[in-house]
Amino acid sequence: MNTNYHIKSFCSIKNNQVSLNGSVVYKDEENSFSQFIKAAYKQQNSKYPKFFKMDNLSKLAFLAADILLKNENLSKEKENNIAIVFSNKSSSLDTDRKHQESIQNKESYFPSPAVFVYTLPNICIGEISIKYKLYSENSFFIFDSFNATHLLTYTNSLLSSNKANQVLCGWVEFDDENNYQAFLYLVSTKGTTKHNKQDIIKLYNT
Amino acid sequence: MDALKQELKENIIEQLNLEDMTTEDIANDDMLFGDGLGLDSIDALELIVMLDKSYGIKLTDPKEGRSIFESINTMAAYITEHRSK
Repeated sequence: MNTNYHIKSFCSIKNNQVSLNGSVVYKDEENSFSQFIKAAYKQQNSKYPKFFKMDNLSKLAFLAADILLKNENLSKEKENNIAIVFSNKSSSLDTDRKHQESIQNKESYFPSPAVFVYTLPNICIGEISIKYKLYSENSFFIFDSFNATHLLTYTNSLLSSNKANQVLCGWVEFDDENNYQAFLYLVSTKGTTKHNKQDIIKLYNT
Repeated sequence: MDALKQELKENIIEQLNLEDMTTEDIANDDMLFGDGLGLDSIDALELIVMLDKSYGIKLTDPKEGRSIFESINTMAAYITEHRSK
């Protein structure tokens, strides 16, 4: 198996701060997550109105992915062969709770279809794939904590078996407004940071 | 009827998270789907829930929605005739 792969770029969103390749690109420590992520989206000039319809997990994943992928000069017409491998701990629990609340009262039983469609964690992968025309392999894993070994092995396998030219992978977790984190990175044959367990963990912790 | 149309515009913007839109951006005869506001199939389901929750109207056949949700004008006319709250 060819393991000569590199981390080309990485994006982190946590504590109301957005970082790209280790440099802070947006910070807003005053506001709630909802206000912060909306302001960060506008500052990044992403221009994708469907963003406002997404649940919190998808907004988090979409913005981190968008920051990485918009620098890749991807084709808007043709399929882009980038696989997605995401992971988290809480699955889609934040949205699951919202849906559950809407069906709690039998006298006022109005479940929202727009909420219900996000009661799976991998929907956020779909949102990214739709915007960037990604039809390649994708997976969403649930772990107790960040699992660099699994992401490393799975990503190397996708690349070495030519299932994808690049892999967008990482951790995107949303439990509630005070407990969230996105750490996404793009793996390819280009880049300066070696794609190995130590470096993945180091970047995750920055 | 004008008050209902204004209320519908406000509800649609809020319920469907049309963040970049104001009530002034929606004309009464604008197509809500397709080339108009560009609403999608999930939005159509949300509108069905909105009819039930806000106006007590239950659509048993989702296909009925096609003509009802054509514009603010068609929605307001249908609600005025069928509302139970």
